[in-house]
Amino acid sequence: MTPDLPPVASPEAARSRGTGNFTTRILGVAAVATLAATAWLGLVVSPPDVVQGQLVRLIYVHPAVATVCYVGFGLCALASMAWLWPRTRSRRWDALAGASAEVGVVFCGLTLVTGSIWGRASWGVWWTWDARLTLTALLFAVFVGYLGLRRTGGSPEGRARRSAVAAIVCSLVVPVDHEATNWWRTLHQGNTLTKTNPSIHGWQLATMALSFLAFGLLFAWVLIHRYRLELLEDRYETEGLGLALEERRAEGAPPVAPHALTSTPLPADPLASEATAR
Amino acid sequence: MWRDALLVAGKDLRVEARSRVATNQVAPYALVILLLFGFAFDSNRPLLTQAAPGLFWVAVLLCSLLAVQRSFAIEAADGARDGLRLSGLDPAGIFLGKAAAVAAVLVGLEVLLGAGVVVLYGTGLHDPLLLVATAVLATAGLGAAGTVYGIMAAGLRVRETLLPLLILPVVAPVLLAATEAWRAALGLSADNGWRWLTLLGSFAAIYVTLGVLGFGTLLEEA
Repeated sequence: MTPDLPPVASPEAARSRGTGNFTTRILGVAAVATLAATAWLGLVVSPPDVVQGQLVRLIYVHPAVATVCYVGFGLCALASMAWLWPRTRSRRWDALAGASAEVGVVFCGLTLVTGSIWGRASWGVWWTWDARLTLTALLFAVFVGYLGLRRTGGSPEGRARRSAVAAIVCSLVVPVDHEATNWWRTLHQGNTLTKTNPSIHGWQLATMALSFLAFGLLFAWVLIHRYRLELLEDRYETEGLGLALEERRAEGAPPVAPHALTSTPLPADPLASEATAR
Repeated sequence: MWRDALLVAGKDLRVEARSRVATNQVAPYALVILLLFGFAFDSNRPLLTQAAPGLFWVAVLLCSLLAVQRSFAIEAADGARDGLRLSGLDPAGIFLGKAAAVAAVLVGLEVLLGAGVVVLYGTGLHDPLLLVATAVLATAGLGAAGTVYGIMAAGLRVRETLLPLLILPVVAPVLLAATEAWRAALGLSADNGWRWLTLLGSFAAIYVTLGVLGFGTLLEEA
């Protein structure tokens, strides 16, 4: 049984009582269609690579997923800045920051997994202390921490403030870590990724471009749903208590008997009279 | 701001001096970590000597978690945080004071751990000036970053478990740069260790700036 949501404000939302609408359905269909097309082009149409063989097919997943992950974290930082700026402060920015960070973490995890599979096949190890791998793993850990901070409860305002500052601090880590690992790399072996990566063309290039579109659409679709869910959760937290109180009061109120209308009026609800006295 | 910072740092250090938590609990903990590393490496002395800089800084990071937790635990009791908010002290000053107190505790622990590394792992000191410069900058960065996250987690029920997850990935650059600089300073690598100080310096500068700007906002919500 789903918990009763508080009454919704807009008639559109009242009809669906969910997070979907016409736009998201179009987005969803487009995302699924482009993903299917990417899979078909990537697995059937495009030829295996001269150097990497069948392994090259990972290029239709891994770079797009990684890019989408960066977009998610970047969006989280931007939304947090918008929340902190007094003129643009709105609960919606906080919800967007939370939603984009969460989707970003999922895509960051996918980046690590697909990268690891690729590494196992081409380098022979699941993990190597390459600069980029280390950077991505750190990014994952940092934003998992951010999500942990968001889940700690407290007042919505306080949570939003803490999370906004944390998001900016987290995103600041990215360039620092990136530079650190760049300097680190100069002391150790160079990056093998770019050497074995051939310049691509033809079907390979087209499929790769399509994969970026497909994962971008998927990101937008999931993000919109997650964002609306966040807003609904917010409303449930803030309005749910008031609603529950009203329900309890309605239960406690004396039943309206037919004779009550004609006889002396019942004493007013003490809670209600207290509220009006205030 | 500076006067407030001195006041807060003085208060925190006086609390430490009187409660003796740092000397009676954190310092022995640091030594236990060094001994455990010895077991983990099966008392392989050459390996321990090679790994000494990294082990030293990992031990410092673990101790810094305790120092930060302690720094905000003393504000949790008796509504001390409300007192701090109502005191009229500049939030930037409070931040600098608390960060300085954490850094001072860490410096003490680093001296102890450094002696432990020299005695237990048999490392030689090659470039003492670089050792000290690295330690100062790294400690400033750890103190500042730890204090920013400490206040962020201060009012939460899950702070003990959340704080390590927040701090440890963020201070990874300090571990990296300080370890590389110490490798050079202990004569374990031919690399020029001084160039790592740029990274340590910018890390410390970024977190001190962030703390000075954002501490007031975070203190309101803690």
